[in-house]
Amino acid sequence: MDVEILARVQFAFTIGFHYIYPPLSIGLGLMLVILEGLYLRTGNRIYEMAVRFWIRIFALIFGIGVATGIIMEFEFGTNWATYSKYVGDIFGSALAAEGIFAFALESGFLGILIFGWNRVGPRVHFFSTIMVFFGSLFSAVWIVVANSWQQTPAGFHIVGEGLNARAEITDFWAMVFNPSSVDRMLHVWVGAILAGAFMVLSVNAWYLLHKKHEEIARPTFKISLIVVTIFSLMQLFIGHRSADGVSRYQPAKLAAMEGHFDSSARADMYIFGYVDKKNETTSGIKIPGGLSFLVHGDFQAPIQGLRAFKPEDRPSQVNSVFQFYHLMVAAGVAMIGLSLLGCWLWWRKKLFEYRWLLWVYALSVLLPQLANQAGWFTAEMGRQPWVVYGLLRTSDALSRAVTANQIIFSLILFTIVYIVLFALFLFLLNRKIQHGPVDYGTKEDIESGARRDNPLLEHEPAGGQ
Amino acid sequence: MQTFLGLDYTTCWFLVFGAVISGYAILDGFDLGAGSLHLFLKKEQSRRIAMNAIGPIWDGNEVWLVIGGGALFAGFPVAYAAIFSAFYVPFMVFLVGLIFRAVSIEFRSKEPWPWWRKSWDIVYCVASIIISLSLGLMLGNVVEGLPLDEHQEFAGSWLSFFNPFAILVAITTLALFMMHGAIFLTMKTENRLFVKLHVLANNFIVFFVVSFVITTLYTLLYIPHLSDFFKGHPVYFIIPLLMTLSIANIPRQVKLGKYRYAFISSAVTIALLLIMVALEVFPYLLYSPLRPENSITIYSAASSARTMHILLIMALVGTPLVGLYTSFVFWTFKGKVKLDEMSY
Repeated sequence: MDVEILARVQFAFTIGFHYIYPPLSIGLGLMLVILEGLYLRTGNRIYEMAVRFWIRIFALIFGIGVATGIIMEFEFGTNWATYSKYVGDIFGSALAAEGIFAFALESGFLGILIFGWNRVGPRVHFFSTIMVFFGSLFSAVWIVVANSWQQTPAGFHIVGEGLNARAEITDFWAMVFNPSSVDRMLHVWVGAILAGAFMVLSVNAWYLLHKKHEEIARPTFKISLIVVTIFSLMQLFIGHRSADGVSRYQPAKLAAMEGHFDSSARADMYIFGYVDKKNETTSGIKIPGGLSFLVHGDFQAPIQGLRAFKPEDRPSQVNSVFQFYHLMVAAGVAMIGLSLLGCWLWWRKKLFEYRWLLWVYALSVLLPQLANQAGWFTAEMGRQPWVVYGLLRTSDALSRAVTANQIIFSLILFTIVYIVLFALFLFLLNRKIQHGPVDYGTKEDIESGARRDNPLLEHEPAGGQ
Repeated sequence: MQTFLGLDYTTCWFLVFGAVISGYAILDGFDLGAGSLHLFLKKEQSRRIAMNAIGPIWDGNEVWLVIGGGALFAGFPVAYAAIFSAFYVPFMVFLVGLIFRAVSIEFRSKEPWPWWRKSWDIVYCVASIIISLSLGLMLGNVVEGLPLDEHQEFAGSWLSFFNPFAILVAITTLALFMMHGAIFLTMKTENRLFVKLHVLANNFIVFFVVSFVITTLYTLLYIPHLSDFFKGHPVYFIIPLLMTLSIANIPRQVKLGKYRYAFISSAVTIALLLIMVALEVFPYLLYSPLRPENSITIYSAASSARTMHILLIMALVGTPLVGLYTSFVFWTFKGKVKLDEMSY
């Protein structure tokens, strides 16, 4: 089998699996900050129970995020050694910054967040929650900056040639604030917040359907509804800015995203469709000139088509890029729709009346997951054949010392491990959700030994060895 | 050549990288040690306590590995690329070990069933052992060197990684971590569990000293070029001297019941060991024994001066910050482990 395909499949698989978790951590982090803030403000124990419940879910998700994330840092070296030598100056710096500034912060305060409820005062604990959230936001910054540099390289020059060519930094801040960093950063952050907020929404919808923990589920549902409404609407505008950036700096990717081949023609915007690469046609339900309008404000303006690029300089999997892009947009529109519907029903005081709608909300956790994955597949597959846009091809970036057999070994290993991990994750998540928020009792209760409602301690002999 | 405190940037970054790796070994070393000895503890309560001793802090400790990887990638990308692509198969095993160590800690306590907990105990212990052995194996191979071609890419077979020296270094690393972890746990435990860990600590001290002596003898006899630096700069004999004293101090402090000093001596031992390794290999990051001209030195692997400059600033700004809140977190959880409703 081809080393390049194997290396790409492995990277896509490991990063795709990893990407389920950090966005949830970021989104849940925000929800924890909100809920704990409300608890401190109001003293309402409903919020205390919600926070402590979501901390346990957060811990599970964060743990898997860390475990699957370490792989990624080293996978550049193991499978993409040539890439690593080429971009080390730049990409490596971003990763180093991510480690020392962001990971250390979130992992450090994580200990207090999860274990410190009884050890530190409420304000210190809240501070720790905020630090974990900031740390997670900040870690997203560096990796998105690094990836954005791949998409729109800036602040560098090339030294050496052929096999020894490498990019060297000339301006750190130009590198960090390359043309696409900020837009993509916001897009990723909002996508992450939606992931977490929809998870909270879904779980609470499920509780309401089964008439469990209703005093906690109702207010928490409403809070998460506010969050998803604000951020899914924001995402529309932020996403537009990202796509605008793509139209300017990665025209081949834009052409693939909407299956646009002919440079002299206006570009249509598809609701959904299909790209026939061989015959260079795209068919489906479309808004004629829609893309031209979005990019130039004119329904008739021509947009560079795929034919403007040599076949080796444009993405080869055009239909995949097209479909992933449209899947992401569809999921985003669905999120907006569900949010607005929820808000309207809330205003009409009928929010929890329709059971079928609660079922839809219970499943809505999948929408941001679909959008986040589809969006990244669009970005990365659309970036092909480049790993550094316009400069280094993916096919040239591999580790020369690694054989196909070695990659087959590691790919099978990861596949098995991740399937097991995912099964365990779903099992444990489900158990936690079923168990629901727990009333640990007030501080007085605990100190007097009156209530030890800890599922773990139930099965232990009381105290001692 | 740009300099900082009299040393060129590249050498500075080599020292920073070494410091990060030492930091990782000292911090995650006791987590891995605690994990590696986990199955020596037989009771459910003992195992819970041992896991909760590292519970709040192991994740932050593991971050140093990520920082180290980033430091290598950013400062010495040629070495980063060569080392990780060369070590492909064992490194994948190491990564899977890391995954399972992480999730076993998180998953174990989620269900009360004895079969569930015993299974995760085994996974946790085996994963910690595999990680410790892999780290030692990779270190041993990096120190002895790997066959590299003229493009400084690995030109050998991964089976050659299992050579006597690397295996000895792997075992010594495991022994070192188990000793370090056991001493850490004595500081965090009470009553019968504490007594048991005191005994285990003494056993692991012996395990470490014996493996260390064997490895050192092997090195002196069969890999003489590693002694070249010390031969050429006899004043550096102070390092092995101090190291021997710090090793000797460990059992002494344990006997006196001063476990904190024993732990500090153990940490100092780890640092001095890595300093010795750094001096032995400097300026090589990856030596190529049959064709030394293909070796990767810190200079041939380095990124640009500007990047080094940025990295050094990051290190100067970041380190005190990390040190500050890490100390705060450690301080929050100081003292003997007390299980509560938030514990694992």
